[in-house]
Amino acid sequence: MSKLRAFGAFWYDFVIGDDWLLAVGVVIGLAGTYGLNQAGITAWWLLPVLLVISLPLSLQRAVSVPLLPRRRRGRRTPPASPHIPPAN
Amino acid sequence: MGASAAALFIAVFLACAVEAVEATTIVLAAGTARDWRSAGVGTAAALAALAVIVAVLGPAVSEIPLRGLRVTVGALLLVFGLQWLRKAILRASGHKARHDEEKLYAEHMAEAAAHATGAQQSRQFPLVRDWYGFTLAFKGVLLEGLEVVFIVLTFGANAKNVGLATLAAGCAVVLVAATGFAVRAPLARVPENTMKFVVGIMLSSFGVFWGGEGAGANWPGKDAALLVIIPAIALFGAGLTALLRRTGEAPPGGEIAVPAAAGLARSEGLG
Repeated sequence: MSKLRAFGAFWYDFVIGDDWLLAVGVVIGLAGTYGLNQAGITAWWLLPVLLVISLPLSLQRAVSVPLLPRRRRGRRTPPASPHIPPAN
Repeated sequence: MGASAAALFIAVFLACAVEAVEATTIVLAAGTARDWRSAGVGTAAALAALAVIVAVLGPAVSEIPLRGLRVTVGALLLVFGLQWLRKAILRASGHKARHDEEKLYAEHMAEAAAHATGAQQSRQFPLVRDWYGFTLAFKGVLLEGLEVVFIVLTFGANAKNVGLATLAAGCAVVLVAATGFAVRAPLARVPENTMKFVVGIMLSSFGVFWGGEGAGANWPGKDAALLVIIPAIALFGAGLTALLRRTGEAPPGGEIAVPAAAGLARSEGLG
């Protein structure tokens, strides 16, 4: 059983590698290209588009910081403290 | 040589040179970034397989479903290429240690040595140290070699001169392979991560091209589309590296992987 698992792990590591998302993107791209072509629609653009989407997504998953800097919110001025009348 | 024979020679020579350049690129990539011996054995195995296929099938070789082969090879190259590009970008932008692969490789080798089947495997195939490099070279050479055979058969049969078409193909393949062999040494001086970045771009580009073609896509400009796909992916990778470098830590050692051709490189990493 452990040999079978090691065999599977070897092939997974060999073909899929560090991030399954890229492999899934490739499969979707090829299937989509085939489908579009069968439907008579020009399909060459689909794989490049999927590459442009999947590579940044995969990088984003690998790093702890957002790939695109988040829009900074303007620093709010703290609300004026309510006037508390001095206790007499 | 008559005008029609000269035209046949030039057409077959140019068509086969394009295929040979593609195969040589893959072999150079596999050899430079992985292991030369394994890439060489992969190339030799592919040429032997090609010779057997041609000898057994003869003219019927043109019946091989090239489309299925293209989509399989394209898919694998694209997955491999994207993984390499991803790692190279992470390293160049300082999000991944530069030499972690050697450590991982050493760990895997130690595991394999401890494992009985691993030891048997290395005894069985002492020539192949790196199956990744072997597979890349094998698939690239086999696919392109089959395309060369198809070109020779179709052009040669149409012109009723298969011998001349074979000679033209042979000249193209030898010339391109010799050029590839000549640039082998200068390539070895390129920094490791830069080379991996370039290899990732090349594998991804060929993967997009062949995979798309195999799945039925008709590229504008046919093979010339590669001249757009390769720089486009290079620029995209360089842009992602720049973006990640801005958000991440400074890269250790100052070695930058982005190629100068992309216009975004810092010169210190390319010497």
